[in-house]
Order: sequence, then structure tokens, then C-alpha cells
Amino acid sequence: MFYFILKRLVQSVFVMLAVAFLAFSLFRFVGDPITQMTGVETSVEDQSRLRQELGLNDPFVLQFSRFTSDMLQGDFGFSFRTRQPVAQMIASRIPATLELGIVALIISLFVGIPAGVYTALRPRGVISQAILMTTLVGVSIPTFVIGIMLIFLFGVQLGWLPTFGRGGTAQIGSWESSFFTLEGWRALILPAITLGVYQLTLTMRLVRAEMMDVMRSDYIRFATARGVPMRRLYFRHALANTMVPVITIIGLQFGGVIAFSIVTESVFQWPGMGLLFLESIRFVDIPVMGVYLVVIAFFFVVVNLIVDLLYVAIDPRLRVKDVS
Amino acid sequence: MKDFIKRSEGLWMFVHSPAVIVSALVAVLIFLGATLAPWIAPTNPYDLASFNLMDGLLPPVWEEGGIAKFSLGTDDQGRDMVSSILYGARLSLLIGLSAMVIATVLGVGLGLAAGFYGGRFDAIVMRIADIQLALPAILTALLIDGVARGILPPDMQQSLRVSVLTLAIALSLWVNFARTARASTFVEMNKEYVHAAIIMGQRPIRIMLVHILPNILGPLLVIMTVDLASAILLEATLSFLGIGLPADSPSLGTLIRIGMQFMLSGEWWILWIPTLFLVALVVSINTLGDFLRDVFNPGLR
Amino acid sequence: MLNVKNLTVRFPTRFGDFVAIEDVSISVAAGEIHGLVGESGAGKSTLGAAVISLLQTPGYVSAGTIMLGDTDLRALNVHEAHAMRGKRISMIFQDPQTSLNPLMTVEDQLIETIMAHRKVSVREARNSAIELLEEIGIKEASVRIKAWPHQFSGGMRQRVVIALALCTNPELIIADEPTTALDVAVQSQVLDLLRTLADKRKIGFILITHDIGVIARIADRVSVMRSGKVVESGETAQVLGNPHHPYTRALMDAVPPLDHKIDRFKVPLLEGAEKEGSSNADFAEQWLLEGEQRTQKVGLSIENLNVNFAGTRTSLWQKPSVFKALKNINIEVLPGSVLGLVGESGSGKSTLAKVITGLIVPESGQMYLGEKNLPVGSKRSRHHPSRRLIQMVFQDPYSSLNSRHRISTILSEPLWFYGLEKSPNKRRELVLSMLELVGMPSDAIDKYPHQFSGGQRQRIAVARALLARPRFLICDEPTSALDVSIQAEILNLLKDLQSKFGLSILFISHNLSVVRQMADDMVVLRNGVIEESGKTQDLFDAPSAQYTQKLLALTPMMPKAWRS
Repeated sequence: MFYFILKRLVQSVFVMLAVAFLAFSLFRFVGDPITQMTGVETSVEDQSRLRQELGLNDPFVLQFSRFTSDMLQGDFGFSFRTRQPVAQMIASRIPATLELGIVALIISLFVGIPAGVYTALRPRGVISQAILMTTLVGVSIPTFVIGIMLIFLFGVQLGWLPTFGRGGTAQIGSWESSFFTLEGWRALILPAITLGVYQLTLTMRLVRAEMMDVMRSDYIRFATARGVPMRRLYFRHALANTMVPVITIIGLQFGGVIAFSIVTESVFQWPGMGLLFLESIRFVDIPVMGVYLVVIAFFFVVVNLIVDLLYVAIDPRLRVKDVS
Repeated sequence: MKDFIKRSEGLWMFVHSPAVIVSALVAVLIFLGATLAPWIAPTNPYDLASFNLMDGLLPPVWEEGGIAKFSLGTDDQGRDMVSSILYGARLSLLIGLSAMVIATVLGVGLGLAAGFYGGRFDAIVMRIADIQLALPAILTALLIDGVARGILPPDMQQSLRVSVLTLAIALSLWVNFARTARASTFVEMNKEYVHAAIIMGQRPIRIMLVHILPNILGPLLVIMTVDLASAILLEATLSFLGIGLPADSPSLGTLIRIGMQFMLSGEWWILWIPTLFLVALVVSINTLGDFLRDVFNPGLR
Repeated sequence: MLNVKNLTVRFPTRFGDFVAIEDVSISVAAGEIHGLVGESGAGKSTLGAAVISLLQTPGYVSAGTIMLGDTDLRALNVHEAHAMRGKRISMIFQDPQTSLNPLMTVEDQLIETIMAHRKVSVREARNSAIELLEEIGIKEASVRIKAWPHQFSGGMRQRVVIALALCTNPELIIADEPTTALDVAVQSQVLDLLRTLADKRKIGFILITHDIGVIARIADRVSVMRSGKVVESGETAQVLGNPHHPYTRALMDAVPPLDHKIDRFKVPLLEGAEKEGSSNADFAEQWLLEGEQRTQKVGLSIENLNVNFAGTRTSLWQKPSVFKALKNINIEVLPGSVLGLVGESGSGKSTLAKVITGLIVPESGQMYLGEKNLPVGSKRSRHHPSRRLIQMVFQDPYSSLNSRHRISTILSEPLWFYGLEKSPNKRRELVLSMLELVGMPSDAIDKYPHQFSGGQRQRIAVARALLARPRFLICDEPTSALDVSIQAEILNLLKDLQSKFGLSILFISHNLSVVRQMADDMVVLRNGVIEESGKTQDLFDAPSAQYTQKLLALTPMMPKAWRS
């Protein structure tokens, strides 16, 4: 088991390095950083002097290792567009995206999993068919359309909720949070639902498929034959076994939530990392793009590691050797 | 005829599911409309000479102020909505289908080979897939787009827009195919007809394409439909974000972006009609995908 | 105790209702082991499922009564039926690996079952469970009970399954192929256990199996099923030894005896079999008898073969342990003879077949085909003659033919691949003739594999092997997946082909009776080591190795005395 964890850690480091390499290649090869930074007036001599100072003439490997060590220390370079340190720019936006993501994830899990279980256990009921139909449509409507519809309904027609921005936020240390004010929540609801809907339908369909698979297994049949009470069958046996493959997907989903936040933030003008990334694409602000890449990959890697650890905790077959 | 339908299980299920029949019809109609757009659309929205600002912001024919010439109304530039939608659907489908085909060939090819050879090749392919999975589809597409923007000289950017988009979307979708193809190939590799072919001394390419591929098509077909829907959605999302197709050669996503400006001012048709078409297209494709999944997976019914 | 009368079960399909069992009556007394035997599709599992009302949807009981003591089982509603399960009737399945929830300890699964039916405390339940496990033969039960299912070996797992079925004290236990997945020795123990339980606790058993030997070993009475009906029923000794019904008689004729060798199986033309050797087959026959080798017989010998498998790494500081699949194997197949390779699962017999065909590369050793050296897999070129001369008939008829290819494609492949026949027309003629030679109708040529039964598919597989004009045939468990009567037909076919065309055969099987019938010489393999080898007759009459003796003693079979 220890070896398994070690192996996964090494794999994660490898993935991070690969992503860092990608980001670094972006920096170096897409466009010329010097021209981006200095504009047309700077003389050629000044440009080459700058090049030398910034170490852009050094061998590739040296530059890459400098890049990585800088990153590890928190120095992410400077934005081409705003000339500010990228680290600061991103850090100021993280709370917005993270809070949005967490609420969306909670919505998708707390609605999706029960819905999935229900439709798996009563596949022919009217409610199940209705739920399935709704999820089919939910998967097909692009996130931004859902956002627009919600804005239209609740913001424009009914006027209940704000249609853009974060509204009022409270400052907890360096963290700007929406959780502690009513205004904050009112602004958070629509974007969170938008972001959560897609994940919700995915979760629901997955849980349903896995659970139906489990219900057909031999050990469920045997437990039924032994007279184990139905409720215990559904939850202690079926649901528990369903969770094992579902956990991986939930882990991926968290990453998906962070990524899809780009679209939602765009629709609602939510000042998070996604919006920042979007702007950086428009202006070809390479440093921000590259760092965003690395940060996202880091999120994913951490989440996947946690998922793997959960796996080991839940499934005894990974902890103790198989005798057969 | 009835007998033939009964014998083919898939066909029988098709004929007995009204929802699926409707979806198939919708999908076919939109597809036909999009393909034949240059011939059946009343106007060509890309041709700057064909529209007139004076015709701008006209509502659909059933509302007050609408005229029969522009049955679904016009946008702020005076472009006919019907034509815009037909041409827009055309672009959306073109990009979606091309991306899906590229992703299929790339993904299935790599997945088959990874499953067949196993060992180091498989490990490498899986590493690449892992890394790509660390970045969700939309991110990959955005990145490739951004990179293209940075690399290509400005004058070529416009004309290569479609190709770049297609490539970006294809590269974000191939992983799905690869993993499924690889998993299915692993299953087939345990079957004895594959052993028989290997023992015979047949070339690996032949074994993969002639023997294994026909047997793994089932789940791949399901993924193709799902990924087609994803590709269309992805393109629409990118266009909506302003990074996809521009306003003078709009896809459905671009039209929605343009329409959003008019959400508050009352010209609802500019926003909601393209939206309706996009949703109808994707819902019907997804329904077909679900149907195919049921046909190939009798246990889930 | 159990009284089933005129039971009919139907499954609605889009073609109309499929009648799975029709008008079936059986009765089981307390303490009686009632065998339910028949070939696949006979309806035995359906009957078992119907009694405990666990029919797969959409099956339903359309007629008949099921009485357990005084209770009418059909009159119960859903909740009452579920309350009955475990309390009065229980069921155990074939595969102990999938019957246990992998995420729960044995203890938890036992305790939850006990407490579902009796009002006891957790501690009392645990104590009962431990006692039960000890009784069943699991030593140190109080420690072992805390283990997970995957920590038990196959036989132990099945005991756990039996314990789970027993802990609620049911009156009736339905056992659906309970020992089919187990090794001979383990099977013997489990069967003894079932017999003891029936005698001591007076539990009634319905024992569903396709293995006549198992029935003979422990069943008191037996019902023979065919196509959803019971054709014969009565005391085991009478039904098996002196059957009345022609089907039962034909079935018993098809069972390969363990104690003597017969020339050919007496197989009346059961439905679906074609008359072999019709005149159209002559073309193929002549084609097989000509060719460069000219019925020259070819033998195979293997010297000092060692095969290792690398283990998976589980620890950082320990290298993965190497698994020695085959150790120092020496085998000789005399030209034109049949060598039987006997071994249980895990003995290495399939590995040996894979080494000979080049799929696995050995660590060391030599192989010779005829007089010439046979290179190992990695060194064997794609066009090496051995690729044609050695052909294989595989175990699973459902996966050995590519289900997406037509029979014509499958069978023409060896002809054009090996350059044996260049003209497509001639190839088709040859294929048609070969189909007749193996006893298949010629219209099979344009059909797909899924349109055929297991036995028919195996015939096609044999045809495919023959169409390479081989001299050496490896048959890897060719009949293990087939019903007894079909097995008899295929074995007859193999015998005929072998003698007619002078083939040398390596016949691999775990079934001693089958090997007895087919092989001239025999090798017994266990854990990668040859325990014993010699002429088949000698090994069966007077085995010298202890392992062989044990195998022979423990294989369940019908006592000679029953045969009149």
C-alpha cells in the first residue's frame, strides 16, 4: 500500500513537471517576450541587453530549471498586459472562483447522487423517467445558455437577483468572501446553479449507471437470497460499492468545475480566475496563460491524489493482499 | 418488412421509441438545412452587400411589425435570421463533425495500438492522456487557440480560424476515444480469436484493423455521438466567449453572443431563436447517443 | 417438505412468450439431497430461481403451485416472500468470488444475516457465526472471521458462502452449480460437507449441476431435465444406472467413463447433429491426405523447459518475486499419437500450450518439431513452417471465432494466408467440403458465428485448424465448455480425424475421464512440475505418484455396480 501511494506521488510530480514544461515552452516560443514587454521604441541594443539580463540567452535546461525553482518559490513572473506580478493577480482572484466552485460542487453532489440512486432503484417509475428526460436536456444545453436563461428569468423578468458581479463581499484576512453577507449569497446563487447543473447531470447519470450495474451483481443476489433487509441491501451493500468508481469521477468533476467556471464567470462577469484567463487569451498575455495552466494542473493533481487515498481507505482489496 | 425489423433488435427498439424517432428527424432536418444552406437560404449573411441597415431589428413574421420576407426577423445589421441560422448551423456542424472525425481517428488509432502492444507504448500513451486529462477540454481548446494566436501572423489568422478551432476541439476530445478503445481492446486481447490470429503469424496492423476493430465499434459509436455533441457545444462555447468564430462569419454560438446584447432591450428573437436551434440540435444528438448506448448495452434497460 | 406441482415459467420477449419450464413437478423431503441435472438451457437454474422467487425480470410463474410445508409460496406478497428468504429457503451460487461483497468483512456479512432473522445482540450473533465457521471447517474462526473475502482461497470462500446460507437455519437450500468452479480436491470436501449438513441438520437440498459424477456422489434422488421439462425422476442409483427414458439413456451413454476406455461414444443423432462423412466431404479428405508432407507423422518433444513470470512490484525495497510457471518440463508426443496433459487450474497446462505456439517466451529449454528445432516465440519468423504445421483448437467456442466475420471468411483465412490455395473459387469449394467433413451443414458458410451453438462452433474451429493442413494439433480443453452429449460428438469427431489423417495431438484437459478416452499417453502436471507420465492405461490402473492417486480417488463418478 505504501508503495502504491509512493508510485502515485511520483506520477503526480511527473505530470506537474510536464505541465510546467508546457507552460515554459509557451513562454519561450510563442511570440517574443522582449518585444511584448518593451514595445517598438526600444532600440535594438537595449533589447539585446534586456535579453541578456533576463537570462534569455542561456541554455534551455538552465532556463527551465530557473523557471521551475522560481515557481516553487512563488515567483510567477510579470504580466505582459498589466505589468503586475502574475502571482498577485491570480491570488486575488482565487477566492471568487474557489467559492463558486465549492458551492456548485455541493449542489451537484447533494442533488445528483440521490437522484442517481433513486432512478437506479426505481427505473420504470414516472418520476424516474421525468428526471432522466430533464437530465438529457440538461446535458445538452450549453452552460452559457443556462446562465443566460437564469439571468433572463430571475434577473430581468422577475428582478429578484443581481445579474452580474459578486455583489457585497466580506474581507476575511486576505480572503475576499461572498459567504458572509446576504448580498454575497444573492449574487452567488445563479452562477453556482449554472455551474452546478452540468456537473449534476453527469453525476446523476454516472451514479445511476454504476448502481444499476451493482444491483445486478452476484453478491446482491446472494444477499437477497439470504433475506438481508431491502433497505440495508440498497445502502450498505449497493450504494457503498457504487461509490468506489464514482469517487474518481467526482474528483475529476471538481477539476471540471474549476475549468467550466471560465464560461460561467464570463456570463455573469464574475471576477474569478476564469475571467482573468479569458482576458489573457484575448491579449495573448503569455505569462498569465502559462501560470493559469500550472495552477489548474496543480489543483487536478492534488484532487486526484486525494481521490486515490480515499480509494485505499475504502477498498480493502487495495490495502491487503489478494490470496487467490 | 415487419419480420426484418423484429429480427434486428436495434431497429425494433428504434421503431418503438417515439422520442428517438423525433430526435432523429430533428437532427436530420437541421443537418440537411445546414448542408444545403447555400442553396436554400433566402440570403447570404456573409455578403456585405446583401443586407441593409434599414431592415435592422425587425421582429419575426408573427409579431407586429414583422414581414414575410424575414420570417424569423433580422438582427441589428439587417441580416435575415433564417439565413444566419442556416449558415451558422452549417459552420457549427462543419467544425463539430470534422473535429469529431479527427478525434476518432487519432484516439481509436492510439487506443487500439496501446491495447494491442501494451508495455511501454501503452504506458507512454496513457501518460500523455493523463497529462491531457489534467486539463479539461475547454482549457485545452482555449490554450491551443491562444497559442495559434501567438504563433500565426495576423493576416493568416482569420482564414485559418476554422482550422484552428477544429484542431483545438479535436485535440481536446481524442482522449475519450483512446481510453475506451484501449479498454475494449484489452478485453478483446483475451479472446481466443485474437490468439489464433497471432499464432498464425498475421501482421499486427491486420489483426488490429481486420479482427479487433469491428468488435469494438459498439461503444465507440456511442462515444462518437456524445463527442459530436460535445464538439458542437465546445465550439459554441468558444464562439460565445468571443474566441471562436467572429461576427462576420458567425456560428450558432457567435449568434448567441450577439443576441445577448439585446436581451434587456426586447428584441428577444435575436437571442432565443439561435439558442433554440442549438439546443434542439444537441438534444437530438444526445438522445440518439443514449439510444445507441441502450442498444449496445442490454443490461442497462 | 417442498412440493412443486405443474410449474410453468414464462419470459415475455418481443417474439412472444418464451416458456422456460413447463409443467414441472418435483418434491424434496427434509434431509434429502435432490439432484437436478440436465444440459444447458434445460431450465434447472430457472426452476431453482422460481422456488425462491428470484426469477430474472421479466420472468414470471404462469401456472402451478409451490408448497413449502403448509405455505403456498405463490400466494405470498413481495414482503412476505422476502421474509421467507433466508429464514426458510436459501440459495448459493456457482462463483464464490462474486457472491461475497468485497467491501465488507466476513464477520459483518454473517452478523447482518443472523440479525436479520433473529432478535439477538451483536455479541451473540458473532459467537454463533464463529461456531458455525468452525463447524464448517474453517480453523481459527475467531481470527479468520475478521478477514475480507479476497483473503480466502476459492474453497474456503465457498465454505464462507455455505456458512452464510446456513446461519439462518433454513429448511431448504438451493445450490446452483456449487462446486463447478472448484478444484477436484476442494470439490470433494465441499460435497462431503453438503452431505453431512443434510444428514445432521435435516436440511433439504436442491443440487443443480450438469456433472453426473457429482450427482452420483451425494444425491439421494435426481430429476433429469430437458428443454424445460422433467423427463425422468427417481432414486439416483436407478435413474443413472438403469434409465427408463431414451434421453436419460442417451445422456448416460455420452458420459465418458473413468475406469475403462471405449472406442467411440454411443451418440444417437440428438437434434442438430449432422451425419458425418457424407460424399461431399471426400474433396476435403483427399486434399488433406495429399500435400508435400504426405501423411508423414510428426512428433513434438520438449526438453528442460522453464517459464518464469515477473511479479508485480508491491514494495519499494523488495524486487518483485518471480513466479515459476513451468519448471524443468520434459515432454514427448510420439508421431501420430495423442498425449493427454492433465492438470488442475493453475498447473501450467495453458502456459505450456502458449509456449509451443510461440505466445510466451520461455526462460530456457528446447523444443523440437519432428527432427527440426522449434524456435521460441520471439525468434520465430512470421513465415516459419511451424506456424502452419502446428494448429490449435481453443477452449471457449464463444470467443475463438471472430463474431464479426462470416464463416466463409474465417475458414478461408488459413487457405490464403498460408498460400495453400490461390483461387477464391477453389477455396470456397474446399471450405464447403471441409464443413461437411466436420459434420456441419454446407449452408453454414455464409452465416455468422452467433447463429450457431457451442458444439457447432467447436466443429467450425476444428475445420479452421484442419484447413491449414497441419501435422500437429493442440487441443486446449476443447470440450470443457460443452454439454456432455455435445462433448461426446466432438470427441468422436476428433478421434476419427486423428486416426484418418495421422495427426499428432496434445490434448489438454482437467477432466480425467475425457483424457482417458482420448489419450494414448499421459502426463500429470501440478504447479508447473510433472508429477507422473506414462501410458494412459498404466497411469489409471496403477498410479505411482501420490497426487495422481488422490486425483483418481476424489474425482466423483458413478459406481460400476449401478450399471446393470
